[in-house]
Amino acid sequence: MIGRLFNFRGGIKPDAHKQESAASPIRPAPLPSRLVVPLRQSTRATSRCLVQPGQRVLKGERIGEPEGTLGTAVHAPTSGTVVEVGLHPMAHPSGLDTRCVVIEPDGEERWIEHAPFDHRAAGRERSLAHLRECGVVGLGGATFPSHVKLGRGSGIDTLILNGAECEPWITCDDRLMRERAPAILAGAAILRELIGARRLIIGIEDNKPEALAAMRSAAAGIEGEVAVVAVPALYPAGGEKQLIRVLTGIEIPYGKLGGDFGVQCFNVGTAHAVHRAFACGEPLVSRVVTLTGNVAAAGNYEVLIGTPIDELLPLARPRSDTDRYLMGGPMMGFALPRLDVPVAKATNCVISASPALFPPPQPEQACIRCGECARACPAELQPFELYWFSRAKNFGKAQEYHLFDCIECGCCAYVCPAHIPLVDYYRFAKSEIWARERDKSAADAARERFEFRNFRQDREKEEKAAKLAAKAAETRAKLASGDDSKAEPTAPAPAAEDPKKALIAAALARAQAQKQEVQPRNTDNLSQDTQAEIADIEARRRQQGTAHAAASPAVAADDNPQ
Amino acid sequence: MIHSPYIRKPASIQRVMLTVLIALLPGIAAYVWQIGAGILVNIVIASVAALAGEAAVLALRRKPVAMALGDGSALVTAWLVALCFPPIVPWWLTALAALVAVVAVKQLYGGLGQNPFNPAMAAYCTMIVAYPALMSQWPAAGQLDFATQLQLILGSTRDLDAITGATALDTMRTGLRVPDATVDSVRQLGAFGLAGGKGWEWLAAGYLAGGLILLATRVITWHMPAAFLTALAIISGAFWLVHPGQFASPLFHLASGGAMLAAFFIVTDPVSGATTPRGKLIFAAGVACIAWLIRSFGAYPEGIAFGVLLMNLCVPLIDMKTQPPVFGHRGGRAP
Ligand code: SF4
Ligand code: SF4
Repeated sequence: MIGRLFNFRGGIKPDAHKQESAASPIRPAPLPSRLVVPLRQSTRATSRCLVQPGQRVLKGERIGEPEGTLGTAVHAPTSGTVVEVGLHPMAHPSGLDTRCVVIEPDGEERWIEHAPFDHRAAGRERSLAHLRECGVVGLGGATFPSHVKLGRGSGIDTLILNGAECEPWITCDDRLMRERAPAILAGAAILRELIGARRLIIGIEDNKPEALAAMRSAAAGIEGEVAVVAVPALYPAGGEKQLIRVLTGIEIPYGKLGGDFGVQCFNVGTAHAVHRAFACGEPLVSRVVTLTGNVAAAGNYEVLIGTPIDELLPLARPRSDTDRYLMGGPMMGFALPRLDVPVAKATNCVISASPALFPPPQPEQACIRCGECARACPAELQPFELYWFSRAKNFGKAQEYHLFDCIECGCCAYVCPAHIPLVDYYRFAKSEIWARERDKSAADAARERFEFRNFRQDREKEEKAAKLAAKAAETRAKLASGDDSKAEPTAPAPAAEDPKKALIAAALARAQAQKQEVQPRNTDNLSQDTQAEIADIEARRRQQGTAHAAASPAVAADDNPQ
Repeated sequence: MIHSPYIRKPASIQRVMLTVLIALLPGIAAYVWQIGAGILVNIVIASVAALAGEAAVLALRRKPVAMALGDGSALVTAWLVALCFPPIVPWWLTALAALVAVVAVKQLYGGLGQNPFNPAMAAYCTMIVAYPALMSQWPAAGQLDFATQLQLILGSTRDLDAITGATALDTMRTGLRVPDATVDSVRQLGAFGLAGGKGWEWLAAGYLAGGLILLATRVITWHMPAAFLTALAIISGAFWLVHPGQFASPLFHLASGGAMLAAFFIVTDPVSGATTPRGKLIFAAGVACIAWLIRSFGAYPEGIAFGVLLMNLCVPLIDMKTQPPVFGHRGGRAP
């Protein structure tokens, strides 16, 4: 059992703003006029489209076939007609486009046939495949495919259910736990069996007493070691690594996964989706979304994946002074560049922002090295050092000071009295470093291509020389045997006339072969560019001159990098 | 485009500096009560000079003047300069010191947040080297009335003999140089009160109260004051235990001179000090040790300012060597 809670260092206590939407039960959002279902559900994986415009689909019908290990299936969220398959903008800070299936609902909500799936009878492998078929991904925000996370079969001791929901404003998990605790726990029980974990710990922030009570009473019906734990409300207690630390004391470093340390963490929404997938055989076609902020009627809605945000927003009646909409919470979310983007599996909240609720940032002042940011940082970094290094474009130093351990939680920027947008500096530094890595690997690839071409040319020259030498040797052998046959087609005519000339020709050929072997070495010290130039010139010369057909096409092909 | 986080704690540099100024008030009140109201005149002179100097440099550097002046950092520097200097130095010395602090030590290095040295302490060191006589005239508690103080501050002539004063630290240092003198015999000399210099215990108490305000409002952390006071107590205590006749007691060191002011308001300067928790301990303890060495063996009665500057030099190294382990890397090596 849980002996005690551990704490993580840092963290902040922003105003929770949960009361605006926490009291409103989950209601189904009305069917939108059309659904835009992205075939790419996360940055990691896409799926292959299975439908064509004009085709009728049923609710829960597969419209996307998973590709790659990280892919999951995509389903029609309701019954209707496919009207288009094409590029549409996504809910992403960059307004990125992705391939989507656009469905016009027929309003009948007719399901495909689906039946419960007995994970015990099916066995582990087939159960994981079933989750993939049902399109179940992590609903906490990262949308990591659940079958992959569960795929790690051994060495997991503890399953953690994340019900912390520490971002201000968001209440979708809170409502889900209050209203559907038994289903969540049933899903958690399946997850635990699939992963082979001994104990199950559910972490819920202590500012959700109703959710805690509901989950506690539901947990009583679950066999085995189960604990529902109230964790202190401290942002970012719901960060996966922070929650694992609080509940188990284990610290998972950057680049490592919980599985490496015997813990695996799933969001409560994911557990609910797992339950639906097994108990009813339903694929994941909807999720709970909180609509809140500067609105007249904040609430929580069960929303079909693919519902355009602008069709959803009127439900909450945003006030007239709303100036932008945030997706996710105010700490880690982003402002939507446009509103015709669809709800995706990661969409947990849309906040109407007004200048009064989210005032524009004050002008940036100088860092006074007060260390407030370091005290707030849950990754225990020295954010102001990262800031100085990022600002000075000293990226090596920034990495030495563990830039990539930063989870971009925003705690440092939240507390900074100088109003420095610290996280922006880290995003800038990280993207610069990535860009440089990309450039470097592109250069590496070019160098490799070049070296391989050189190698091939050398080899061809050697082969040519060897052929010539063999021919000369043959001639010599013939001369030695006294066979003067004129019918010999391979022997050059002059050589046949005069044995002396033949000897000279053979010697010349040897010398030429040697010279050709030596030649590339002369250029070894030159720069790559110059070497490439020389190689090109040689290739041209050969093409024009004694035309060794084999060499030229090879060079030409190499000159065209994909 | 504005990025997350979209909410900010209502914090600002102005607020931090204002808190520091407020926290200085108990100490200033004790100062006025025990030494005299002349200090208020000095504070005004230093403030005006600092603000004017900062405004002039900012204008020359074509930087926005209002925002930088409004952050309050120049005022904090000015007040500290005034509080560290003898209360009867001529007005131009105070003004000059404030200008040195703000213009040379802060703005010429790039302004707020960029200066490697503590501005007030750098100004103090400059002035004590340049004007050693003026900088060592301290009136005893209650010795001079306000009119006399004002006349000394603003007047053009000064009769040095009329104000023969020396701090307890000074008296102790020079007194102990006399053959056969002991701490006890020196302490008969009248400059001493219950613990430190006469009347100075009250100032120390005032600064301590202000320091508690800073701790409570989280403007400073406990590391620096604790390390500074503990190190001063330990090093003076060790020598005092071995040679009680030759070395003053820890209590005397803690209650004298600028020890309390330094512990809470000077070594804690975030800009020029160490930033990591361990670094702060090392930094403040280093200042205390240097201060004690100079007080006991050096040519100056007070060594805190030199201690701060010397430790300022070591800050980059201290910070680099004391990087705390990050989450998940405990036991790992520091960069
Ligand atoms: S909180 Fe802001 S001002 Fe303070 S050290 Fe960090 S970055 Fe600098
Ligand atoms: S954003 Fe990064 S540096 Fe800032 S507090 Fe969070 S983890 Fe630390």
